[in-house]
Amino acid sequence: MNGDLVTKRLDAPHQDLSDAYSCPANFLEIEVANPITHGIGQTGRYTDYEVIVKTNLPVFKLKESSVRRRYSEFEWLVDELERDSKIVVPSLPGKALKEQLPFFGRKKGIFDEQFIEDRRKALEIFINKVAGHPLAQNERCLHMFLQEKSIDKSYVPGKVRNT
Amino acid sequence: MNFFGFGSGAEVEILLDGADKRKTVEHRVSDTRLQELHVYYDGESVSGAVNVGLKPGGRLEHKGIKIELIGQIDILYNRSYQDEFTSLTKQLTPAGILTQSKMFSFDFPNVEKSFESYFGCNVRLRYYLRVTVVRRLTDLVKELEFVVHTLSSYPENSSSLKMEVGIEDCLHIEFEYNKQRYHLKDAIIGKIYFLLVRVKIKHMELQILKRETTGLAQSAFHDEDTIAKFEIMDGAPVKGESIPIRLFLSAYDLTPTMRDINKKFSVRYYLNLVLIDEEERRYFKQQEIVLWRKGDFQMNSKARSFEEATKRFEKVSA
Repeated sequence: MNGDLVTKRLDAPHQDLSDAYSCPANFLEIEVANPITHGIGQTGRYTDYEVIVKTNLPVFKLKESSVRRRYSEFEWLVDELERDSKIVVPSLPGKALKEQLPFFGRKKGIFDEQFIEDRRKALEIFINKVAGHPLAQNERCLHMFLQEKSIDKSYVPGKVRNT
Repeated sequence: MNFFGFGSGAEVEILLDGADKRKTVEHRVSDTRLQELHVYYDGESVSGAVNVGLKPGGRLEHKGIKIELIGQIDILYNRSYQDEFTSLTKQLTPAGILTQSKMFSFDFPNVEKSFESYFGCNVRLRYYLRVTVVRRLTDLVKELEFVVHTLSSYPENSSSLKMEVGIEDCLHIEFEYNKQRYHLKDAIIGKIYFLLVRVKIKHMELQILKRETTGLAQSAFHDEDTIAKFEIMDGAPVKGESIPIRLFLSAYDLTPTMRDINKKFSVRYYLNLVLIDEEERRYFKQQEIVLWRKGDFQMNSKARSFEEATKRFEKVSA
């Protein structure tokens, strides 16, 4: 009675073994590591982090890169992406204004080891989320942030075309 | 209505001809209740008898007894209103007095029933018989709902639905579903073939969406419901991978696709293919499928001739 109900699988092209076992085409790993606090005294001190990119995505010019970035530069990236791209930008860890006041927060304020470590972890989660977004990968600001030695804030915003 | 010391104590009952041989289905009649109702098809006559029962020694003075066959659409949002698209009336008996129970037969021959019964979120379409015993003060009214099914027939070997979609340089897939039109007890056989995977896919699921649209174009009101969600792949695919799909529609509560019913509402179904990546981003592709109702194999020859009479061949829209 149900002879016309054919449930046989559709024909599928055979997968090439080299496709099946080669390195996946979606490799993208970003580490935020090695926080270093620069400067001495009360003013001018800041912490920056190493942002290490390892990828095989063609959209990134360098397959391996390492740059140093500070928190305000992460904020710059958020502002650029919110303005130019249509993506919902994930949130950064807090700005820690409270920690910078004398009596609040931890013992050494924003230079406290635990604070830096918490911030480092959150920045790593943030940048992996952003860099993996197909629309964010088209933005020049992201590529400049990840792979150029320093950020040129007077750059011309634009899209990256995959050639 | 049987108030003690009041009224006539009459009970009205509607009986359908051939009720024991007629197919019945469990159909939703209210938000909380399903009821077993008889199924009629387009072109079929609706006939039976109305039994007006009186208690012994009872007496019913009336200004006429009539029976109506009504098909109506109830719109339930905004300014709710009713649209009677079919209304037939038969006078069973003129004004008079009944002193004992009486049976009146009725026959609505070859009634056109172009639309299928539908119980939805914001719109309902139903057919019912209504007997009215007109009296001086209050009328006696009795209703009996029945279900109409619209049958279709399509050639067996319909073309498959095959399309390549994706995000440039990030994710390219080719999906294929074995048909564009499925009957309600059919199975969706398909496959998803990965051409380029530069995102980190976590899993993939297939959904059946039902979209009920009520009202005209400008003020149209959509109600979307996910009828089914089916995970078809868990893990990260690579280029050249082919994922099979097999989804049996009989497991779900589906209706045929209804397009612009009496210019009042539509019910359409979509297959929604969703890929979810490691960061919970969702990539999806929606594709409309046309659902239709196939006649039963077990139908007797008389019913089969009705099916022949209701075959609809719809044009394929590009």
